[in-house]
Amino acid sequence: MAKKSALVQGNQACAQGAIYAGCKFFGGYPITPSTEVAEEMSAMLPKVGGKFIQMEDEIGAIASVIGASLAGAKALTATSGPGFSLKQELIGYACIAEVPCVIINVMRGGPSTGMPTGPGQSDVMQARWGTHGDHAAIALVPQSIQEIFTETVRAFNLAEKYRMPVQVLFDEIVGHMRERIEYPEPGELEVIDREAPTAAPGEYKPYDASKGLVPPLAAFGAGHKFHVTGLNKAEDGFPTTKAELVAAEEVRQIQKVECEEARADIESNEEYMLEDADVVLWAYGSSARSARYAVNELRKEGIKAGLFRPITLWPFPVKRTAELAEQAKAIIVPEMNLGQMIYEVERVAQNKCIIDGVHRVDGDPLNPGQIMDKVKEVI
Amino acid sequence: MAQRYEIRFSGAGGQGLITAGIILAEAAAIIEGKDALQSQSYGPEARGGASKSEVIISDAPIDYPKATIVDACLAMTQEAADKYAKGIKKGGLLLLDADFVKTAPEGDFIIYRLPIMRMAKEDIGREIVANVIALGAVIGMTDVVSKDAGEEAVMRRVPPAFKELNQKAYNLGFEKGKELIN
Repeated sequence: MAKKSALVQGNQACAQGAIYAGCKFFGGYPITPSTEVAEEMSAMLPKVGGKFIQMEDEIGAIASVIGASLAGAKALTATSGPGFSLKQELIGYACIAEVPCVIINVMRGGPSTGMPTGPGQSDVMQARWGTHGDHAAIALVPQSIQEIFTETVRAFNLAEKYRMPVQVLFDEIVGHMRERIEYPEPGELEVIDREAPTAAPGEYKPYDASKGLVPPLAAFGAGHKFHVTGLNKAEDGFPTTKAELVAAEEVRQIQKVECEEARADIESNEEYMLEDADVVLWAYGSSARSARYAVNELRKEGIKAGLFRPITLWPFPVKRTAELAEQAKAIIVPEMNLGQMIYEVERVAQNKCIIDGVHRVDGDPLNPGQIMDKVKEVI
Repeated sequence: MAQRYEIRFSGAGGQGLITAGIILAEAAAIIEGKDALQSQSYGPEARGGASKSEVIISDAPIDYPKATIVDACLAMTQEAADKYAKGIKKGGLLLLDADFVKTAPEGDFIIYRLPIMRMAKEDIGREIVANVIALGAVIGMTDVVSKDAGEEAVMRRVPPAFKELNQKAYNLGFEKGKELIN
């Protein structure tokens, strides 16, 4: 039997993916161009026994999400750049307290109120370093309606598995455009639930990493008493300033995402016509769609172009980017910002090839012609 | 059909042109099983201001999601015509509301006129169906989806009480569109 399909917006597909992943709580504060995620969640959550709440502001929204998650629910919030800024304080809290949650950022122009109805990709560094202090970050950057669905499911899986906030970033174009989606059957996509503690309620330690880098998280109200704080803490969850404990905890919280095994699990890329490519277009989100169009046109003109598209933007695809820098004459980074990921590409490429960017921040998407002109200028 | 066919609906915010685009994309992607992508751009106003909705229909996966060279364009207001009747391909078609667009843009495309708002008001009796008349006309002129697929997509979108009204509007638009090109 053919799968159920529909023509839906990216934002709707995101909400539908969240429900598929078992999300039972949404706390948000509406903001263009992300509002349809909240709208759709408010319609769907009551049908699956979940709860929806519109909070008084953005930080209240992420606070409610952290609370819901600590009580055992898979929890989601959605926002755009200005709201993402306002949530940063508690995103840091979710990092240090190791609370799984998913944060959607449908990117628009900025800084500040910027251009609410125009697309942008200028929050990609904020997704890495928006909250202060050393911390790991996971950010996924889907480019299509179908992929928004599957990456939202994957975001929940990673949040639960690595016990941390996971961000999904797409832009106004992908958030608001409509394409056909074919819905996966229940069970077709993997859905991961957080590991439950095996320790007896009286013996449970929420940060006991003796069995692995990610300690199991108990649900509040289910019998285990524990303490949660934004302070550096010992394995029992209570604050500590003991040097060896503080350092070890900070390192573990980064290692759980950046160790080789975790990277292999979290990283996801798509490659197109890279085998013999002289020029690599390194592009993500809707800009990657423009880049792919450009690759096809350039190939018709005999220019060996290819596309490297990170689907996981953070952790950064260090290994593959370094390999491509060895292979190609040039890496071009098209972004709807004035240059953000390009600096990370430059850092990793270590002068092995030419690195150049194509930028656009006027509310229009990067068009393939712009990218093609840059490629021709560089080679 | 060309591999990639691009249609742009433009007019004032609130005229239902984004809905017209969605219905066309649904006819192509869900009913006819082609690849289709609908996008839009609009200002911060909830009503008024120029808005546009673009539909790309293709027999291959669509990468770049916005129009490159527009095959067919609709403009319901002067502001929309001035702002969005651009990038139309040589020999492409531009459909204008005969009453609301006084100054037609210049270019290497063929201009057609229909009094769409007036038809909605006088022939159907409701201005609100102007977008469905326009959709019918564009399908009639381009054959980008079949008449039946377009009609079915309209019927799927509208509440039962408005089915007859919209069916009438769609068919009127389709006939007038066909008359224009023949």
